[in-house]
Amino acid sequence: MMKELNLMQNPYQDDKVIDACSIFGVMDTSGKRFSGEGVIRAIANMHDRGNGLGGGFAVYGLYPEYADLYAFHIMYLNRQGQEKVEAFLREKFHLVHTEEVPTRLTPNIVNPPAVRRYFLEVGDARPEEQSADDYVVGKVMEINTGLEDAFVFSSGKDMAVFKGVGYPEEIADYFCLEQYQGYLWTAHGRFPTNTRGWWGGAHPFSLLDWTVVHNGEISSYGINRRCLEQYGYQCTMQTDTEVVAYAVDLLIRKHGLPVEILAKVLAPPLWSEIERRPPGEQKLLRTLRQVYGSLLLNGPFTVIIAHHGEMIGLTDRIRLRPLTVGVKDARLYLSSEESAIRLICPDLDDAWIPAGGEPIIGSLKNPLQPGAAAGREKVLTAVRKI
Amino acid sequence: MKTYLPAKFIIERDLEKCIRCEVCVNQCSFDNHSYDAEDDEMRSQSDNCAGCHRCVSFCPTGALTVRKNPIEYRDNYNWRPEIIEDIIKQAETGGVLLTGMGNDKGQRIYWDHLLLNASQVTNPSIDPLREPMEMTTFLGKKPDRVEIGPDGELKTEMAPQVKLEVPVMFSAMSYGAVSINVQESLARAATEMGTMWNTGEGGLHPKLYQYSNHTIVQVASGRFGVHPEYLDLARIVEIKIGQGAKPGIGGHLPGEKVSVEVATTRMIPPGTDALSPAPQHDIYSIEDLAQLVYALKEATHYEKPISVKIAAVHNSAAIASGMVRAGADIIVLDGLRGATGAAPKIIRDNVGIPIELALASVDSRLRQEGIRHRASIVISGGIRNSGDVVKAIALGADAVNIGTAALVALGCHLCQQCHTGKCAWGICTSDLFLTKRVNPDIGARRLVNLLRGWSMEIKDILGGMGVNALESLRGNRLHLRGVGLNDTELRILGVRMAGD
Repeated sequence: MMKELNLMQNPYQDDKVIDACSIFGVMDTSGKRFSGEGVIRAIANMHDRGNGLGGGFAVYGLYPEYADLYAFHIMYLNRQGQEKVEAFLREKFHLVHTEEVPTRLTPNIVNPPAVRRYFLEVGDARPEEQSADDYVVGKVMEINTGLEDAFVFSSGKDMAVFKGVGYPEEIADYFCLEQYQGYLWTAHGRFPTNTRGWWGGAHPFSLLDWTVVHNGEISSYGINRRCLEQYGYQCTMQTDTEVVAYAVDLLIRKHGLPVEILAKVLAPPLWSEIERRPPGEQKLLRTLRQVYGSLLLNGPFTVIIAHHGEMIGLTDRIRLRPLTVGVKDARLYLSSEESAIRLICPDLDDAWIPAGGEPIIGSLKNPLQPGAAAGREKVLTAVRKI
Repeated sequence: MKTYLPAKFIIERDLEKCIRCEVCVNQCSFDNHSYDAEDDEMRSQSDNCAGCHRCVSFCPTGALTVRKNPIEYRDNYNWRPEIIEDIIKQAETGGVLLTGMGNDKGQRIYWDHLLLNASQVTNPSIDPLREPMEMTTFLGKKPDRVEIGPDGELKTEMAPQVKLEVPVMFSAMSYGAVSINVQESLARAATEMGTMWNTGEGGLHPKLYQYSNHTIVQVASGRFGVHPEYLDLARIVEIKIGQGAKPGIGGHLPGEKVSVEVATTRMIPPGTDALSPAPQHDIYSIEDLAQLVYALKEATHYEKPISVKIAAVHNSAAIASGMVRAGADIIVLDGLRGATGAAPKIIRDNVGIPIELALASVDSRLRQEGIRHRASIVISGGIRNSGDVVKAIALGADAVNIGTAALVALGCHLCQQCHTGKCAWGICTSDLFLTKRVNPDIGARRLVNLLRGWSMEIKDILGGMGVNALESLRGNRLHLRGVGLNDTELRILGVRMAGD
């Protein structure tokens, strides 16, 4: 039986779920792991941008002891859900290790679901012609749409998503996030306008090791969704954010485009700007817009997209939602508000507001070198390569 | 034979205002006005009045009024006046009733049952006077994906694309059906506004070669005026299978309209009837269409998109899918209300389906089959204003064609006498005394004004919806809601009921 995910996420069957938010991301581009304590303080500083109906975190470099295994974080509404999913996992994967995700009693977190984590190896059940990643995606979709009372929060290697209904600082407190270490953290506080929140509907949204936190409303949602459906994606949750996640998956994983190019699809330059570029670049940008025009994300948004080794901040083309960038030594900060960055890093090398549609990319491949050079130059040169 | 047909209109002249200047006599091409020099009196008879308002518009003192002839039949819902009069006409002529312009009957106009969205609070509307607002559209086949090489170089080669600055083009209207001055007005307006005009099937007059970069040339069943230079000049080559006003029917330009100039352009002897057969006699099936598509691609060195135009009929969705698979880069759907210079009235008013439904089902079908990107969709047939354009794009069209609206901009008052060749506005005629009434300088200006006005309105609507590029509205049916439609209509249109 198909589970009505949509009814949980969108009980009134609106065109799409609308929410506004606070978002925050920090990455140590040298790969050094650090605790979530600062991130929690930063997102808590933007408390008023959410309304307590959703908060969440994504952490990379989380499980170095199981770095080669798919780490599934799964929430259960009841015992039966857990039994069914665990039987499914044992059948489809080699289960190396499982444990409950530790939590502590937190005053405002009421009636939380059980959350467990599983470290899985893709075993013999995978058909030969399918890649391990595709296999995992398929199984996650099966659990999320087919199995009752369970929902997969995240499914990537050496990373996880912690999320739920509450303010982000409460969710962090509940999941004891100050005790974890990672080299890349993103965080989200949610202000849905029309739904009672449910735990699966909080951000970050995740597929494999990709995560998206998003602030905004995508006015092009209708066509973005129809375009993705042509490529076989089923937008079951009817959220803007889901569309961003699938667009990223399509363009990067399936079409093999680099992230700089991804930004030029989601927030392309104006046609008039394209015409002013040198011929080669002009042709590339024109082609991208001609082919992927239906994936242009229009309307106000800021997103922080992350996967292993990379964190990307991007706003819509005319920057209708805020994004501030901060740099300190090898660390790159992205935030809805500058105050949140300054709270945890008062002596930034540099802080600025990027132009609309200009991607800000932090990468392990191009670590930011500590030193006196202006922070924004270091970051932007990486982007200007295309 | 004494006609039993009552006059449609009554011409009234205010003798106190009339200065006997004879403008009405000169302007009326249906011989309704005359001057009696002996009595120094202006006379009007109303028998032939078509209600074109040429005399009313040009009377310098406003002395003329044209009213409907208030002939009252006994009320009968079945036997309405028009039906009675059509029978009278056929009893007197024994022929097929001909008419001009598009279907004027009361079938549902779905544009009027669709409403547009706007942003409030959760996302900001965008002011097009202060922010960029993009309407640029590219017609042509798009690949499945873009490929980038290891060094970041672009590996994808695009099929030929045609850029439109406004998503509104001019419909196919042939030289012979309309005058050269009309075509020149269209060509100059299209060039100035960065859009396209369409030769129709009457060939391309050498005078218009200079506008070739904005010209779509047609290859139709009569193959009139098709020669290598014609294909070389074109920006897009269009195969015309059918027309919304007369699906399944050919065309007939009577010999009287085939002047030397028309004949030369069409490559036929002057004064001979120009007959376009109902089918293209080399296209009896979809694989034959593929052959012609590729013959034209070969002839144009794969440098131009090939468009295929059909009338919107019952199984348009399946046909359109076949057309895309046959290699069409653009498909043009012409709906129930598509207009014409001449068509059998019974066909015009009874054959075909509303363009809104055809568009919605074609766009949905091509998406279901995963081939929507392989062809652009252009629709035509009754587009009246920028609201219709926006709704068409939200339903899934890449661009629209306008014919009637463009002719109205040039003076047409929709009197539906195109087939008589007597157009008093000088639009749908080859009578040189009449054609000079359209001055291409003024005609082009009026058309440019129309498109400019529509462009500004489209930008306002887009901004209101909170999007700043047309591609974010294209196929975005969530920005539409239906009113007064039943569940089946909503399902086919793929829109939700207002309030839902």
